[in-house]
Amino acid sequence: MSERYEIRFSGSGGQGMILAGIIMAEAASIYGTKNAAQSQSYGPESRGGASKAEVIISDQPIDYPKATSISCMLAMTQEACDKYHGDIKDGGILLVDAEEVKKIPDGKFRVFSFPIIGTARDELGKTIAANIVSLGMITELTGIVTHEAIEKAVLARVPAAFLDLNKKALQLGFEKAKGLKNK
Amino acid sequence: MAQKKKLLQGNEACVEGALYAGCKFYAGYPITPSTEIAEGLSVRLPKVGGKFIQMEDEIASIAAAIGGSVAGLKSLTATSGPGFSLKQECLGYACIAEIPLVIVNVMRGGPSTGYPTGPSQADIMQAKWGTHGDHPVIAVTPSYVQEILSETVRAFNLAEKFRTPVIVLYDEIIGHMREPITIPVPGELEVIDREKVTCEADEYFPYDERYEIAPLAPFGSGYRFHVTGLNHKKDGFPTNDSKQIDANNRRIMRKIENHKEEIWKNEETFLDDAEVVVFTLGSTARSARFAVNKAREEGIKAGLLRPLTIWPFPDKAITELSKRVKAIIVPEMNLGQMTLEVERCSKKADVVGIHRVDGEPITPAQILDAIKKHK
Amino acid sequence: MSTAAPEKKEKVVQPFDYDKYLRPNKLPHIWCPGCGHGIVLKALLRAIDKTGLPKDNIVMVSGIGCSSRTPGYVDFNTMHTLHGRAMAFATGIKFARPDLKVIVVTGDGDALAIGGNHFIHACRRNIDMTVLVYTNATYGMTGGQYSPTSPIGSTATTSRYGNIEPPFDTCEMAKASGASFVARGTAYHTIELERTIYDALMHKGMSVVDIIDACPTYFGRMNKYKSATQMMEILEKDNTVNIKQADKLPPEKLQGKMLRGVLHKVDRPEYCDQYEEHVIKKATSKE
Repeated sequence: MSERYEIRFSGSGGQGMILAGIIMAEAASIYGTKNAAQSQSYGPESRGGASKAEVIISDQPIDYPKATSISCMLAMTQEACDKYHGDIKDGGILLVDAEEVKKIPDGKFRVFSFPIIGTARDELGKTIAANIVSLGMITELTGIVTHEAIEKAVLARVPAAFLDLNKKALQLGFEKAKGLKNK
Repeated sequence: MAQKKKLLQGNEACVEGALYAGCKFYAGYPITPSTEIAEGLSVRLPKVGGKFIQMEDEIASIAAAIGGSVAGLKSLTATSGPGFSLKQECLGYACIAEIPLVIVNVMRGGPSTGYPTGPSQADIMQAKWGTHGDHPVIAVTPSYVQEILSETVRAFNLAEKFRTPVIVLYDEIIGHMREPITIPVPGELEVIDREKVTCEADEYFPYDERYEIAPLAPFGSGYRFHVTGLNHKKDGFPTNDSKQIDANNRRIMRKIENHKEEIWKNEETFLDDAEVVVFTLGSTARSARFAVNKAREEGIKAGLLRPLTIWPFPDKAITELSKRVKAIIVPEMNLGQMTLEVERCSKKADVVGIHRVDGEPITPAQILDAIKKHK
Repeated sequence: MSTAAPEKKEKVVQPFDYDKYLRPNKLPHIWCPGCGHGIVLKALLRAIDKTGLPKDNIVMVSGIGCSSRTPGYVDFNTMHTLHGRAMAFATGIKFARPDLKVIVVTGDGDALAIGGNHFIHACRRNIDMTVLVYTNATYGMTGGQYSPTSPIGSTATTSRYGNIEPPFDTCEMAKASGASFVARGTAYHTIELERTIYDALMHKGMSVVDIIDACPTYFGRMNKYKSATQMMEILEKDNTVNIKQADKLPPEKLQGKMLRGVLHKVDRPEYCDQYEEHVIKKATSKE
């Protein structure tokens, strides 16, 4: 893969978008065999406001660390979706939280709408795990990292007391995305 | 021995670099986007018996770090533009008193409070001219997370070797981005420690002009001497003698000037046959490399000159290059600080600045456009 | 060199050897005739001598101003720093080398105006150092401007119509900020000052000694004092009362007078000790 594969995680501060970006970068570069560069931009808010994390994955050394032609973007809020979808490339993927993002932007990309936060809430009892569900979904939808690599990366980053919860969240993500792909 | 890769943030790599270099003293004050350095060292320094203190302000932080260095410990302070402004009086003190010290400035948008979470490269001139009076400055400018580690080590080495403050200057983008890096094993990178004083106590002069750079004895080591920010004689005591003032002011400049060749560090990419060359540093050099590679793919003879030492300014490399290329493109996240310096050094080539102060990085596309325009 | 007053009458007077601690080739000092800084320096050197500390283990740090020139004249590890910053530099030295005895000499403008923030935070940390604040209510080195301890109504080159700013009480400020030893002395009461400084040096934690030390050249001239000695008598002798005598005096006799002696002394955890006992211990035990 000599091309850059660019993923953008966007939502609001406190939704764990930056952590999701870090885990994806580690899955690719530490638990996988590729290069990765992860960056973020954020406002003064620790909670709320639009926040985004970007991961560039490539077989080559990565120079420009920011996304310019996005292969896959996650939007967990309408604000983030509106603000950040413009760089998705033709044929790219936009995954949105179905409850949060009602207005789907126009573009030549494939849209997957799924109640990510609702699933985390209803099936795991923890909305906080929504970012890990989304990681599972993105892994399944893009195939950019292996299931093993993303699982290792998730388990290495989350607190010991929540290993099971996050393992489940990731599995749930894989399954739900499989369902979406086959639709 | 193969080391395991770790995904680290630029500021975390700075922590690793400081520890690798043997830093044992950190004093700082919280400021975005450099705070992760303080947070990291607050955890790590005590584990190696080092000292971490959060001071009451930016000025106190660098003052305490100078104190730590005078007491014999390799010392660090880190900040961003507004804090760097506050540190300037103490930076000048460290220059004239010749106290080794490393200052990290993770550049953010300015002026003033500016754009705390946005990147910038607008402290290039502040690093050189921020404190008053003529004084020597060394500033190193990494572009990659791995390089923040190695350049922090080099900064400590230069500080100890040349008995002067050294600035590590990088922007918010590489300060906050994460890349897989390997932590070097002991011995892999050179680490220079402070020269030991061995002479008799009554023969010791902290500014002995018989040396180009006299060794600095730590306080409490049996060499009782005086340190002042006033113009001073070889024994460190103030003087009003114009000849001695002149000699000392010139000596502290000369000790860097005479060693520019070993302080300079440039990375050259495709310069052999280049017709258009990009000169830039920090994260902007990453955009530039991307653009230069793209240009080469399109058959354009583009090259990249990337300084890892911005002060002293790499004038020799630019002057030589300017005799054989058509244009030198200088992208920088400010309104033309390096561009002016490049214009000063360029003999024949056109100098073209690309400037951005909107808190967004200069993109590869912007640089590629300029390359095409001036090929 | 003159001799110190004997502590007991019957003892044979031995001249105190100031040269042991001075850098004779750095003298004469810059202080004006009538200035008390030399008297304070001598009291300080006698107090240091009493501690028995070796010169190699003593660090003296100062900021900018007349009193801040002191380190240049004494044979210790000495550092003349920037205006107001002495306590920040000194904090670094002490923290890096807790085994060294750190003494800060500073003026009231240096410590309380430009260095006020460093002063209160050094007190708050209760870091083990002795800070001597030479209070002369003026900026002598720049030619007599009003300072944070100038009385209301006093004249200075920048308060020609009378000073309208209320002064700080250095001791109250040190105490409120957390210093565990706070005392006041004057250049006039030189034997008492020596004892007070000795007590400060022997105290573990932040010790602050406010030293009333009048400036005849600027404050004196501009405020119509006739001579340096008259100034000392009025400002240092008549205007102050030792705290031990204060209890016996009626309130009207204490009106407007400053207390001398040790005003506040408590045991409080010291910063460098706390770092060793808590931070280093916790950081290294987890591994």
